[in-house]
Amino acid sequence: MSDYIKDAILTGVWETFVMTFFASLFSYVVGMPLGVILYSTSKGRLLQNRGVNFIIGAIVNITRSLPFLILLVLLIPFTRLVVGQSIGTTAAIVPLTIGAIPIVARMVESSLNEVQPGIIEAAASMGASPIYTIIHFIIPEAMPSLLQGGAINVATVLGYSAMAGVIGGGGLGAIALQYGYYRYQKDVLWTTVTLLIIMVMLIQELGIRLSKKHRKT
Amino acid sequence: MDNVFELQNVYKTYKNDGKEFTALKDISLTIKEGEIFGIIGMSGAGKSTLVRTLNRLEEVTSGTVSFYGKDLSSLKSKELRKVRHSISMIFQGFNLVNQRTVIQNVEQSLKIIGTPRAERRAKALKMLEIVGLSEKANQYPARLSGGQKQRVAIARALAADPKVLLCDEATSALDPKITNEILDLLKKINEERKLTIVIITHEMSVVEKICDRVAIIDDGNLAEIGDVKEVFSNPKSKAAKKLVFPSNPFDPSDESGQIVRIVFDGTQSNVPFIANLVEQTGLKVNILSANTRSVGGIGYGQMIVELPSRAEDRQRIIDFFRAGGLSVSEVNRNE
Repeated sequence: MSDYIKDAILTGVWETFVMTFFASLFSYVVGMPLGVILYSTSKGRLLQNRGVNFIIGAIVNITRSLPFLILLVLLIPFTRLVVGQSIGTTAAIVPLTIGAIPIVARMVESSLNEVQPGIIEAAASMGASPIYTIIHFIIPEAMPSLLQGGAINVATVLGYSAMAGVIGGGGLGAIALQYGYYRYQKDVLWTTVTLLIIMVMLIQELGIRLSKKHRKT
Repeated sequence: MDNVFELQNVYKTYKNDGKEFTALKDISLTIKEGEIFGIIGMSGAGKSTLVRTLNRLEEVTSGTVSFYGKDLSSLKSKELRKVRHSISMIFQGFNLVNQRTVIQNVEQSLKIIGTPRAERRAKALKMLEIVGLSEKANQYPARLSGGQKQRVAIARALAADPKVLLCDEATSALDPKITNEILDLLKKINEERKLTIVIITHEMSVVEKICDRVAIIDDGNLAEIGDVKEVFSNPKSKAAKKLVFPSNPFDPSDESGQIVRIVFDGTQSNVPFIANLVEQTGLKVNILSANTRSVGGIGYGQMIVELPSRAEDRQRIIDFFRAGGLSVSEVNRNE
């Protein structure tokens, strides 16, 4: 492997990291509240609301069922609107975020669903409001599960970020595609794949450790 | 004494898949300030639903539930939350937040009513001291035993100085020794803080140990209500009899033999009645079952005996017991 390619791979690792980090962060900023809304408006929950639950559920399901590659292409005009360009690392963060939001929302919803109904009843009996119950009882109790889900989500975003290479996003995915696939440089292909695997494993391990540290049961 | 709760003609009907199920049927009762009120019944009798109407965790279908004269169903959600600060509750499953420390759990009820942080901590520590768990303040609930978890739940429930404590099968998940410790603690709190306590249970022993009055719920109906001593020594309804008197463990040796139940209270429990009977009349009875229990500190005993087949002898035995101040009632074998 030439030094030039080695440098490119190093840059790729950094770009992949940047894309994954920001896309995960932004997807939680939007996806976490959506997940909380999905949970709390569903049947029998604190803020039961069929209309809201149906609309948000439908949007989440539709965005989630679109193949990510298609979403990437569909979102090009939107990306240009938000960041002023449609290629590069920064631009890739937009579709990654949009693609991850519904996944985060469903993951958060399912973590919150695991909380024992008794704890919610106890909160109600103490005169806690629904919002207070969600913030001080339900979310803390679901924290280990939320962290575990978080690790899965970040790993998914990382995998998606490799796909962003197809439409001109940076990162390891782009390198694997350009050098490994189009130019038949198998060593580059395998190196990038190995690096991606290592990154996913690190994220997963970190998530499990955090979750374990938090799990008191 | 003021009435804390007043229930009038309370009905509760659930609709499930088009099927209706009436969990509470025309329940009217009052719970007085400072008393320990027991609600007992078999599982599925509706007692858990009943206790949840007291803090409106369950809405009633018809009838009214008043708390210090205020109709709970008339309250808006904000007012209801405020009332709930005075009606705390503990549960069979403890319902602690497992990801928070013991002290954080106890502080929770104070945080809800807006107590400032420093005061909150001090009060929570004092509550832990009362329930005897000061040294566990920074542990997580997972490290505690069932009895300790229930103590934390009691500390949490009482930290915000409620007027009433509702206990929903609070000791059902605990072994008899721990149950007794928790009941002693509740009794102590009731006396020291003049706290009204409502206890839901399916165990007669719990009611006997600490309750002043008891309501017996049977299939959604209020079968009987009264002083525990009265209900225990002279149960009127079938449901009450079933709870107070255990079923006969032995069949009588003689099919035609008559079976009677003798109940005596603490004032006669030091008299050897059966021995006296044999000595003075020469007649013998066959003891089928016997036990004693302490109801509110007074020993109560009951005995189920089979009488001899001669009608004359039977009458002499019954007269002998009655003369000694014991209550004697005939047992229907199919009961």
